[in-house]
Amino acid sequence: MGYQFDWSLVLTGEYRDWLLDGFYLTLKISAVAGGCAMALGTLVAVLRLSRVKPLMWLSLAFTEFFRNTPLLVQIFFWYFGSEVLLPKSVNEWLYSMDFEFAAGTLALTVYSSAFIAEELRSGVFSIPKNQLEASRATGLSFLQAYRFVILPQAFRIVIPPLISQLLNLLKNSSLVMTIGVMELTYQARQVESFTFHGFESFTVATLMYLAVSLLVSFAITMYNKHFLHHLRY
Amino acid sequence: MAFIEINGLHKWFGSFHVLRGITEQVERGEVLVICGPSGSGKSTLIRCLNRLEEYQKGTVHFDGQDIHARGLDVNSLRAEIGIVFQQFNLYPHLTVLKNITLAPIKVRGTVRAEAEETALALLERVGIHDQAHKYPAELSGGQQQRVAIARALAMKPKALLFDEPTSALDPEMINEVLNVMKDLARDGMTMLCVTHEMGFAREVADRVIFMDAGEVVEQGPPSEFFTNPKHERTRMFLKEIL
Amino acid sequence: MRWDIVYNNLDYLLWGSYPNGPLGGICASIMLAVLGIFGAFWLGLVFGLMRLSKSRILRGLAMVYVEVIRGTPLLMLIFWFYFLGPVIFDYNLPEFQSALLAFVVFTGAYVAEIVRAGVNALPGGQMEAARGAGLTRFQAMRYVILPQALRNMIPSFVNQFVSLTKDTSLAYIIGVNELTKAATQINNREVVAPAEIFMAIAVLYFIICWALTAFSRRMERHVARYQARGR
Repeated sequence: MGYQFDWSLVLTGEYRDWLLDGFYLTLKISAVAGGCAMALGTLVAVLRLSRVKPLMWLSLAFTEFFRNTPLLVQIFFWYFGSEVLLPKSVNEWLYSMDFEFAAGTLALTVYSSAFIAEELRSGVFSIPKNQLEASRATGLSFLQAYRFVILPQAFRIVIPPLISQLLNLLKNSSLVMTIGVMELTYQARQVESFTFHGFESFTVATLMYLAVSLLVSFAITMYNKHFLHHLRY
Repeated sequence: MAFIEINGLHKWFGSFHVLRGITEQVERGEVLVICGPSGSGKSTLIRCLNRLEEYQKGTVHFDGQDIHARGLDVNSLRAEIGIVFQQFNLYPHLTVLKNITLAPIKVRGTVRAEAEETALALLERVGIHDQAHKYPAELSGGQQQRVAIARALAMKPKALLFDEPTSALDPEMINEVLNVMKDLARDGMTMLCVTHEMGFAREVADRVIFMDAGEVVEQGPPSEFFTNPKHERTRMFLKEIL
Repeated sequence: MRWDIVYNNLDYLLWGSYPNGPLGGICASIMLAVLGIFGAFWLGLVFGLMRLSKSRILRGLAMVYVEVIRGTPLLMLIFWFYFLGPVIFDYNLPEFQSALLAFVVFTGAYVAEIVRAGVNALPGGQMEAARGAGLTRFQAMRYVILPQALRNMIPSFVNQFVSLTKDTSLAYIIGVNELTKAATQINNREVVAPAEIFMAIAVLYFIICWALTAFSRRMERHVARYQARGR
């Protein structure tokens, strides 16, 4: 093995800053897309539960299409296709901003919201029907029953899968490097091609991803242990 | 007009004719036990009375009010008629106390302190006031069902419906629930109970109704109903469950 | 809209330049996914059973594998195998094989979790009954637990296969000739129809993934009928 390790290369100086910048951008794009995806996903789930046929179909088509096509293709679609699809003024505005970041955020948002909508819907569906019946029987209105009985239960059930969807989003955000967003994976690759010390830079990047993932999944396990124990029917 | 007046009630589930023209009258303070084989429509009948099920033909009047009248608020109707389910259906995410106070606070607009006071008094009455701050999953089946009864009573209903309240319970817990129901009956609560507990029927029912295939086959005071059933189907049924 | 560009290049999107050149397009994507899920099944089965074993060391090893892989982006893993494997271990794999290896190792971790969950979901009485009849733990696993558990897992496997099919698009990043690469090549050449081209391949992926998803939903209903239940 003719490879010479040089950890100081990525743990000090310019290359360390590249990686840290990348990590920051990864967290930033994940947070922005995560927030937007929660909002959009909730909207899509509400449409699905609305009992209005055309809205239900719309929501179904949305989740099925975006869940069953690769994220990378969606990224390329928004990135290359926006020029044709969006009006010229919007495009100019986008180019004056950080266009790569915007396209990447849009793709991640739409993709993740389809998964989030599914989690929300199945969370609400997993509450037994007799809970709605029992609350209606005491005179609560439909909205009150959802507000005080169904949603609080669904919310508790849905938190762990929602958080793992957000973790998926964090990992998926590595794909926006393909359109030139300088996030963690992009920077690790940059360091590799500048220094030929890929092992060190990829190790550091991998550890950064792992740290967030492990921390959060540990938190989910604790949550499940402490908050879900009495939710039995 | 009687307190609860059911007139020519028909219901279909798709093409299945569940209720075939039920006509019954229940007086204020009366305890009515409804029995019959499974699938006879007895649960469906009482679930029609607070409109958990819709019916297609006939009328139901509750305290002089047509429950299908245009403009009637179904939620306020339901607040007047309590129901206790076979599967308890307590809210697992709320404590016992909150289970009981939710509807009084949200539907009746009772202030919390007052609702809680009432709830504690009701828990005392059903014999489990020490469990107020536990979650349903921490209670036994019998205790859960007594909470469910307290939850129904908290709305101060004018009548109570029981849908096989003891069928999901282990044998040793049945009596603790029946005793609560007997107390209610003696206090003058109007009760319609779907149950196979014939001891309970003998002791407190004013009238027993036997249903089969969506019709009322026979009815009468328990003394007559049990000792001298007139119909063959009733006799067969009684022979099987007694 | 220039759908004629998509139409004129359809054969390239479907099977690349085959038979005059290497197989590419969606056929290559499917090949990657099928080979990948096959390898991942065996790897995942081994690690899944390790997680259920009584040995602490085996359990620990399997846990580290599963947690590390599931906490790492697939793209990172692809880079590990493509850029670093050759440098450190001094081998030389073509892009296709290198990507395949990454897919197997990546998907294997998810399959291991499916196996573990599937076995744990069986009522405890099944193991007891088998052990009570004198079977060893291994025999009970082999003849009683796994046949039931694996059948119940089929829908999850199909879902994993769907994920993998979508993930094969990442192989483009290291230059494997598959559907996404074919699309970018056409896009670079034609320039004027990016929306049409990427929409077209999205639909191609969608047809496969959605058909499989629909199949797995049917399987789920079917499987539910044969499950041994607790109580």
